[in-house]
Amino acid sequence: MAETHSLQDLQQPAVSSKVFVQRDYSSGTICKFQTKFPSELESRMDKQQFEETMQSLNNLYAEAEKLGGKSYLEGCLACLTAYTIFLCMETHYEKVLKKIAKYIKDQNEKIYAPRGLLLTDPIERGLRVVEITIFEDRSIGSGR
Amino acid sequence: MSQIQHAVPDAPIRYTQICTRSSSCSSPQTSSSAAAAGTEPPSCTGHRGRTPRRKWQVFPGRNRFYCDGRVMMARQTGVFYLTLVLILLTSGLFFAFDCPYLASNLSPAIPAVGAVLFVFVMGMLFRASFSDPGVLPRATPDEAADLERQIDSTGCSKPPPRTREVLINGQTVKLKYCFTCKIFRPPRASHCSLCDNCVERFDHHCPWVGNCVGRRNYRFFYLFILSLSFLTIFIFAFVITHVQLISLEISSMFDSFTPRCTILEVVVCFFSVWSIVGLSGFHTYLISSNQTTNEDIKGTWSKKEGKDNYNPYSYGNVLTNCCAALCGPLPPSLIDRRGLIQADTPQTAHQSNGTGGGSYAPTQLHSHMVGGYHPGWLQHGGGTSCQFCCFHAAKISFVPLTFYIY
Repeated sequence: MAETHSLQDLQQPAVSSKVFVQRDYSSGTICKFQTKFPSELESRMDKQQFEETMQSLNNLYAEAEKLGGKSYLEGCLACLTAYTIFLCMETHYEKVLKKIAKYIKDQNEKIYAPRGLLLTDPIERGLRVVEITIFEDRSIGSGR
Repeated sequence: MSQIQHAVPDAPIRYTQICTRSSSCSSPQTSSSAAAAGTEPPSCTGHRGRTPRRKWQVFPGRNRFYCDGRVMMARQTGVFYLTLVLILLTSGLFFAFDCPYLASNLSPAIPAVGAVLFVFVMGMLFRASFSDPGVLPRATPDEAADLERQIDSTGCSKPPPRTREVLINGQTVKLKYCFTCKIFRPPRASHCSLCDNCVERFDHHCPWVGNCVGRRNYRFFYLFILSLSFLTIFIFAFVITHVQLISLEISSMFDSFTPRCTILEVVVCFFSVWSIVGLSGFHTYLISSNQTTNEDIKGTWSKKEGKDNYNPYSYGNVLTNCCAALCGPLPPSLIDRRGLIQADTPQTAHQSNGTGGGSYAPTQLHSHMVGGYHPGWLQHGGGTSCQFCCFHAAKISFVPLTFYIY
């Protein structure tokens, strides 16, 4: 029975609603998202798990934008080569974005998808919001 | 077999299938291929013009794209070509008429250094002109609706405020709502009315470079004007040297053409030195205090606004500010102009990727960007594009062959 249910989900998931977690600009222009737990997700998941996800995401973005010896070295090297070096290698930011994409896929598989939720990578929304899609939960009747 | 053809719902996919069948002519389904040949033209080139494949083709801003979306510029590029002509002409005349004499009489290092400077200047100019300045993609319909709900829920009968206040490093900063892009602009972002885009860390719209100057290309713009200052001073100095050396020589084979070119170079360089070196100095000040031209013109962080007014983005010391602006991590483009347009919209269910559990679209980097593709918003939000370059260029545009940037 459970298999039939998940097969139905695979074929026709219906979007119930979407929640948008906005950016937190209290630390300046760095990429950081609000960690406040949205009320629409209360029936679906744990507050702590959500906050953990958001905090990890924020840490990853902070790592991408970190100013330090490594980023300065990369910047100086790039300048000396008139930025042609980026034709053959990825920037540090792009490497971290790949890490973030992998992390979100991981989180979706382990935590969000079993609860009928889907995290969209913020880069697909121009780093403005974290979009969480809430799918209709057929096992508990018509969910929110 | 025709039932299969009719069952295909998506228009773009159907065009591709018809195109393949009509060109291959090997299909056993004679009725469908005959029908296809009848309805569609034999060549497939017409489809590419009608069906957009990449996101830059449906980009809502007023930009121009070249090289299949790799190059992005503003709509008006006439002044950029003037910049190119002035640099190429002056440098060309220098290398053609002055360098042979200087290399043989002084040192061959002179044309070598000149060449390195010239290549660097052109490289930085192209990077500043052709790259995405940090355009913020417009909100998706769902996001815009969500924001509208939030804004309207707070207001009563009066129109709800379209600003949000945020405390950054102890300074209150107002975030304005952009009516065109349907987003609350991040701090330091501004909407460029010429390009019709919100740009992150908006500095100004530079007609000489043919693009906005923002977060992603500010360092290229700065390095361009800095290296151009050095090149201009270099050419000016050595052209004067050349003239002086020639006037000391007594030569029976005096080339009358050379002085005219030299005079042209001297004139262009003389006026350029003042403007470009001045502009470099100005931007050096902006970088060291971590301000944008937009903020400086508006006096956002000046002490005149209030005793406690200070720049919350400054790192406190000049060196860190400079390093952050020039050597900090280069953020990627948020608009994914070369990404392919997906057939499904963000509002519909995503395809299953067969990994079990739930179903979700694979989050591949740069492949699923969806911006708001709704042109024709009536109102623009607040925020100015830079009038700095435009104003000063208009004020002194009567001087011919000048290189005034401000």
